[in-house]
Amino acid sequence: MASKDEILAGLAEIVNEETGLETEAVQLEKSFTEDLDIDSISMMTIVVNAEEKFDVTIPDEEVKNLKTVEDAVNFIDNAQG
Amino acid sequence: MATLKQNTPNAHTRILGIGAYRPSEIVTNEDVCQWIDSSDEWIVKRTGVHTRHRAPADVSVIDMAEHAAREAMAAAGVTGEQLDAVIVSSVTFPYLTPSCAALLADRLDATPAAAYDISAACAGYCYGVAQADALVRSGDSDHVLVIGVEKLSDVIDNTERSISFLLGDGAGAVVIGPSDVPGISPSVWGSDGSKWDAIRMTHPLTDIRAVEQGGQRTFSKDLVDPETGEMPEDATLWPTLRQDGQTVFRWASWEGARVAKEALEASGLEPEDLAAFVPHQANMRIIDQMVKVLKLPESVVVARDIAEAGNTSAASIPLATHRLLAEHPELSGKPSLQIGFGAGLVYGAQVVLLP
Repeated sequence: MASKDEILAGLAEIVNEETGLETEAVQLEKSFTEDLDIDSISMMTIVVNAEEKFDVTIPDEEVKNLKTVEDAVNFIDNAQG
Repeated sequence: MATLKQNTPNAHTRILGIGAYRPSEIVTNEDVCQWIDSSDEWIVKRTGVHTRHRAPADVSVIDMAEHAAREAMAAAGVTGEQLDAVIVSSVTFPYLTPSCAALLADRLDATPAAAYDISAACAGYCYGVAQADALVRSGDSDHVLVIGVEKLSDVIDNTERSISFLLGDGAGAVVIGPSDVPGISPSVWGSDGSKWDAIRMTHPLTDIRAVEQGGQRTFSKDLVDPETGEMPEDATLWPTLRQDGQTVFRWASWEGARVAKEALEASGLEPEDLAAFVPHQANMRIIDQMVKVLKLPESVVVARDIAEAGNTSAASIPLATHRLLAEHPELSGKPSLQIGFGAGLVYGAQVVLLP
């Protein structure tokens, strides 16, 4: 099971692969849409890749609640449990 | 006791000829931006669509189907009298009954061919190919005409942002018949009705009648005013299309790729054996994602007709194939993996030898 730090680092890699953003830019308080300029389709790609990487399920209806990187880290952390 | 006769099967089938019809009216992203607050850059970045064709009022679904069918029949060297079945896939033929196929068969001098419409949205062409392949291999038919045709401009609301700006009109047709060599692989097709409303009409047609008779119409979440949370009394009675973009993108890109992979396995070919990949032209980013998930080698030519034609639902795969063959005539006779997916949700895929 990945720690919260590991989840953040893993998410940063996924975001980097999808958008080309530096991994350092992916910080807990950042908003996916407003700060990182990630659109809804890229967000879905990130979600599916995160599901694979952390072996969790993130339902479609949950995705809209993942506004910040921290929301995603917390969701994945809980889902792992 | 007398023994029943059954049809003598044909060993193999293939596509004998293809035809296409693209209406002359072109809608650009600039045109679209008169109706929604967007930009050419935004639309291209998110969807890959630059233009779409739309048919004027005096060009009907059946007119477009006839144009495409005649080209396919001429290419196949098959006359109307030689057609045993005509299958039309469309969600935009404006009569619930009778079918588009019966009238089309008659226009093509194919009467009394079996004729019927299928409703499988963007998977409809692949459903039709699966049926035609089965009809010919079973020995029921020798030649079957399959058409994907849509006049989606009749069922869109240009001012909504979920799907309308992607959609175009057009028709594509193929003739399928017996072959000396295997030309259509086993079809992988199916449905997932648990996502029935991921791509949907805003409300049922029967609402029109209910209101005419002074009754209540159905509540439609798609017609709710976001400010008041209520459905305006003057909300349009004509049903139009909507989609949940994220759900559809996810399902199409990953589940669709899984289906395409299954179809490839069923064909006995490896990715490097393919000459072309023709997915339903829903969104360039779905196409890109599928190519990535499928790990297709660069030698495989990927159809990207969506840039010019938009999403034409049932017509998109034959239209895209037709363009591919025009641009790359060397692909003729080579294997192409095609996959349709859409409202239902439904999917269908097979590998075909290109005509």
